[in-house]
Amino acid sequence: MFRNQYDTDVTTWSPAGRLFQMEYAMEAVKQGSAAIGLRSATHIVLATVNKATSELSSHQKKIFKVDDHIGVAIAGLTADGRVLSRYLRNECINHSFVYESPLPISRLVIQLADKAQVCTQRSWKRPYGVGLLVAGLDETGAHLYYNCPSGSYFEYHSIAIGSRSQAAKTYLERRFEGFEKYSREELIKDGLFAIKETLQGEKLTSAICTVAIVGVGEPFHVIDPQTIERVIESLDIGDEDAPPPAAAASAADEPSASQEPGAAPMDI
Amino acid sequence: MALRGDWVYENNGGTCVAIAGLDYCVVAADTRLSVGYSIYTRDYSKICNLCDLLFPADKCVLASSGFQGDMKALQKNLAAKHLVSVHLLHIYQHQHNKQMSCPAMARLLSNTLYYKRFFPYYTFNILGGLDNEGKGCVYTYDAVGSYERVGYSCQGTGGALIMPVLDNQLKSPSPLLLPARDAVTPLSESEAVDLVKDVFASATERDIYTVRFPIFFQLLAFCESDIFPTQQHAYSSRVLNDPILK
Repeated sequence: MFRNQYDTDVTTWSPAGRLFQMEYAMEAVKQGSAAIGLRSATHIVLATVNKATSELSSHQKKIFKVDDHIGVAIAGLTADGRVLSRYLRNECINHSFVYESPLPISRLVIQLADKAQVCTQRSWKRPYGVGLLVAGLDETGAHLYYNCPSGSYFEYHSIAIGSRSQAAKTYLERRFEGFEKYSREELIKDGLFAIKETLQGEKLTSAICTVAIVGVGEPFHVIDPQTIERVIESLDIGDEDAPPPAAAASAADEPSASQEPGAAPMDI
Repeated sequence: MALRGDWVYENNGGTCVAIAGLDYCVVAADTRLSVGYSIYTRDYSKICNLCDLLFPADKCVLASSGFQGDMKALQKNLAAKHLVSVHLLHIYQHQHNKQMSCPAMARLLSNTLYYKRFFPYYTFNILGGLDNEGKGCVYTYDAVGSYERVGYSCQGTGGALIMPVLDNQLKSPSPLLLPARDAVTPLSESEAVDLVKDVFASATERDIYTVRFPIFFQLLAFCESDIFPTQQHAYSSRVLNDPILK
């Protein structure tokens, strides 16, 4: 992607039928530090890499609790992520107030996607520069969604976004078929392993990552660093177990990340 | 008053009592909901525990008597506001206690009530809990949000019958005595619970809207948490229903 005459406004189409500003917003997601999500039948784990601008500063908060049964992890412009989290929280609170029941996650992601779409069709606005992994539980089970700046959303078994996420994606693609039956602990382990892949050599410690979980009988919460440190130690001792033979090539029901040349990234 | 065509309130009766101790707070409310000379239900809790799932033990509990429709609306309103403020707290990994403090909740309740100054919530509230130091605190309100921190309080139809007994037993120091002394009672929590049971028994004798066997909420400082057993969670609450008296 390079600068051209059709990319000044989000309301300008290119002759090839693309909205460049929207695609640039998707690029912003790729610049953020990695966030991954994976789910089993009863639990969903979100994990992020903590990036601090300098040794002196604290790291950005990338995981937000939205409600007892929903949490999000973000990658991209964290300020946009924070603002969207506030919106999501308000929607959940309002729904609970009126209906005295938790907001189903499928409805929440649609509301979020609609909000993001508005910004792609107003000349005085700009798209949100953040991708959100929305993890939640409702009556139909455990769900994990990815919401793009473009306003589209997809459901995933597992996903990694942000910088150097391809390594994690490859790892998850190898292993995801077994996730359905995973226990809570195995899910956390695999999540940490995927994070390790994105670090590419850097040592994995509990200070460098944040892990959160939500599941049946377990409200959304961030797991404390001591527990994470213990799991990391068991990862090192146990060493990498041979991944289960991936049967057919990941013929997943959800849209996979295969990209045709020239296709706009927001369609993926 | 009820003869006016535009009277939108109803008094559902009942009584609430709260007593603050050195490291506990006891809040109790009876369970009868009435209208006029009829009983709508014998089984209605006037106590609301504002909390989120992860920390079911909370630092404060709200008991309201008066119009139960407004009580329900007020509880929901406060729970939603509480959630909003909890989310705004910037939570670091080591900070586990996410709930609003009891004094903060007390001010929030006052502001929420005053917001409806010209169409009030017909509720007479008591907020019971533990302050930041772990000492018991009780805040008592009128219908439009005027509030005060006290060592004990009672509201509702039985309030006038109970208050003199509490004054006699809990020996609140006179505000004229200087230096100001703490109004928190030195009684132990089991003694306080017994006092509340007795006081309800007495009120029941003469007030048609109040019954014996109230629901209790005890808030205690420094107990083990079920969710993070390795950490000392500061507060826990217990609901008591006395099988012996029944």
